[in-house]
Amino acid sequence: MIEISNLSKAFTLHNQGAAVIPVMANANLHVRPGECVGLIGASGAGKSTLMRMVWGNYLAASGVIRVGGLDVAQAQPRQIIRLRRETLGYVSQFLRVVPRVPTIDVVAEPLRNLGVGEDQAQARAADLLARLNIPQRLWSLSPTTFSGGEQQRVNIARGFAHPYPALLLDEPTASLDAVNRSVVLALIEEAKARGAAILGIFHDEAARDQVCDRVVDVRAFTPKVAA
Amino acid sequence: MTAIDRNMHAETDQPLLAVQGLTKRYGGRIGCADVSFDLFPGEVLGIVGESGSGKSTLLSCLAGHLPPDQGRVIFDTAAGPRDTVTMAEAERRRMARTDWAFVHQNPRDGLRMGVSAGGNVGERLMAIGARHYGDIRAQAIDWLGRVEIAADRIDDRPRAFSGGMQQRLQIARNLVTGPRLVFMDEPTGGLDVSVQARLLDLLRGLVREMGLSAIIVTHDLAVVRLLADRLMVMKGGHVVEQGLTDQVLDDPQHAYTQLLVSSVLQV
Amino acid sequence: MTAQDYNFAYLDEQTKRMIRRAILKGIAVPGYQVPFASREMPMPYGWGTGGVQVTAACLTPDDTLKVIDQGADDTTNAVSIRKFFQRTAGVAVTEATLDATIIQTRHRIPEAALTEGQILVYQVPIPEPLRFLEPRETETRKMHELEEYGLMHVKLYEDIARHGTIATAYAYPVKVEGRYVMDPSPIPKFDNPKLSGSPAIQLFGAGREQRIYAVPPYTHVVSLDFEDHPFVASKAPHDCDLCGAAESYLDEVITDDQGGRMFVCSDTDFCRTRREAGHVGHLGVPVQGGV
Repeated sequence: MIEISNLSKAFTLHNQGAAVIPVMANANLHVRPGECVGLIGASGAGKSTLMRMVWGNYLAASGVIRVGGLDVAQAQPRQIIRLRRETLGYVSQFLRVVPRVPTIDVVAEPLRNLGVGEDQAQARAADLLARLNIPQRLWSLSPTTFSGGEQQRVNIARGFAHPYPALLLDEPTASLDAVNRSVVLALIEEAKARGAAILGIFHDEAARDQVCDRVVDVRAFTPKVAA
Repeated sequence: MTAIDRNMHAETDQPLLAVQGLTKRYGGRIGCADVSFDLFPGEVLGIVGESGSGKSTLLSCLAGHLPPDQGRVIFDTAAGPRDTVTMAEAERRRMARTDWAFVHQNPRDGLRMGVSAGGNVGERLMAIGARHYGDIRAQAIDWLGRVEIAADRIDDRPRAFSGGMQQRLQIARNLVTGPRLVFMDEPTGGLDVSVQARLLDLLRGLVREMGLSAIIVTHDLAVVRLLADRLMVMKGGHVVEQGLTDQVLDDPQHAYTQLLVSSVLQV
Repeated sequence: MTAQDYNFAYLDEQTKRMIRRAILKGIAVPGYQVPFASREMPMPYGWGTGGVQVTAACLTPDDTLKVIDQGADDTTNAVSIRKFFQRTAGVAVTEATLDATIIQTRHRIPEAALTEGQILVYQVPIPEPLRFLEPRETETRKMHELEEYGLMHVKLYEDIARHGTIATAYAYPVKVEGRYVMDPSPIPKFDNPKLSGSPAIQLFGAGREQRIYAVPPYTHVVSLDFEDHPFVASKAPHDCDLCGAAESYLDEVITDDQGGRMFVCSDTDFCRTRREAGHVGHLGVPVQGGV
């Protein structure tokens, strides 16, 4: 479902003397449907960079990132927009929403964008919010004022609203209490069971051990610095 | 148009608007130079750049307010793709009040300040032949509701409205004929932050529900991040970078874009 | 100063040719506002300088001229213009609508049906019907060119929104022969139906605004309206207190400071003719020499 081959990436900082910083070289990775692969490696090793490249958020310098048949590294913006709408979900660490939009609409939005009716989309959103223990009285409020943990759970609900065939999870259990952590892990297991291919970053080792079928150490993709 | 229609459109390969080599000069100075892009149904394109970068000139050329010196602006009309630069003025103006809409930064430029809110919304309907007062008024009330203006304000003039309400009225006035393409020039400029947020939410909802395509010129990167699918960065009349909005903002490739992105104050 | 010091009908022949060309163009394109080089006339703008120039260009020594102001032959404006042409053109004048070959009018169409061969000349203050909502001349010209007349209905919409009905009572916009929207000058809307299908030539002159336009004989003229608020040619709901006419346009005259008032025909010739024929209104007295 997700297939990465010979991927490399460098940042060119034009306003700092055009410094070129190579951050990834010759990355190879694949995730099959129903499989969860965890990325490991120290901070700054390139886990998030790799996730962002799969998401289409960072441009690849060279190589292939195939998600559901589309090469993200070469795709047109509108192809990536469609991929994100239909095929590829992403739970980031940060919630980015239009202020003042009610939480329930934030969670329902991915379904609304797919043409699901308002009632059905909201029902699904309510279901997830309830499961993630967001009190119902908060559903009509904007999540921008929520605590970090609550925002994180809203983000997860949003990411799981539509049954994407492929999912990117960036620290989905960070800043969650034990009860909600287990809810999230159950959601991940359910996604795997329906055949979703999942690529994730888990600093929570116990969580990683529980849901990941394999781990990939991104230090293997760190470019050798030319001395 | 429903979101389902929109998604069906998104799968067509026929752009709604195809811009090719668009150039406008002011004497020896460049307004915009050799701009080309395709806009597909349901897409929102953001155009950013500093003052004088040519983004407003480009928008004016696209919307037919300024004649470009070179280039083509091909719109997918009901009768097939047509170059709007060379079409007869009567036809272009008819399109401008049916298939197209233009939201000005200053509502005073886009509203008739001496005419009631209902008259402002009804004008486009009357321009395309609506001659039943009751129907026109019912549609005006419906649209005022959609932009969150109370029905009992229908006979008030825009002068009596706040800046945010004026801007929402301008949007209602433009969208009442169900256009397919909306041009917006700094639609949230001049509004305070909380009013901006409300307007952004409204625009996102309308874009989704009506399957609108939109071209938004702004210097506010937060606005394009929330509204635009794709982003075009302009400098000195040239497009220096374009791509997926979050990609351009998070992994900018061009020196100017990097400067622009790094210059934004973090809140 | 004697009349012989002036060219016939005051204006020189070249100027009259220029105005006639504008008139002919106006007749050829009914309702279209033809620009013309309006001259200074020996009267202030707003006193009918446009109408006077059109009349001067149409007059021949054989013509019989009638001049009315709000229907009356005997008000200052009407008297002075009539005298002006008596002196500068030496033409015959009349107060009888049916005897006149040229009738210059301010704000009325005579009640008596006009006939072929007659010319009705209107004095026009603001010829542009779209000016109310669109101040730019370049834009209004473009709107006429492209037949973009939605704005005219916005004006009527505003009327209904504010007053519950189309409150425009004079200068009520019309569409001429299905093409140009035209300001019929500030005639009461009661007169609008008389614009359509008239056997007479109708010419409109705006001196300050330098525009001439025309409605040729038997031209279809429609008053704009909404399906659910149709045009109504309204008048005061009274009969004339002098001649008893039920179907003529009335002026309201205050007779004392106790609230006393009477309604009389605004068309003085029409009223006099009726009274001479023996009609007597509520407050009227029989005319001597009547039947």
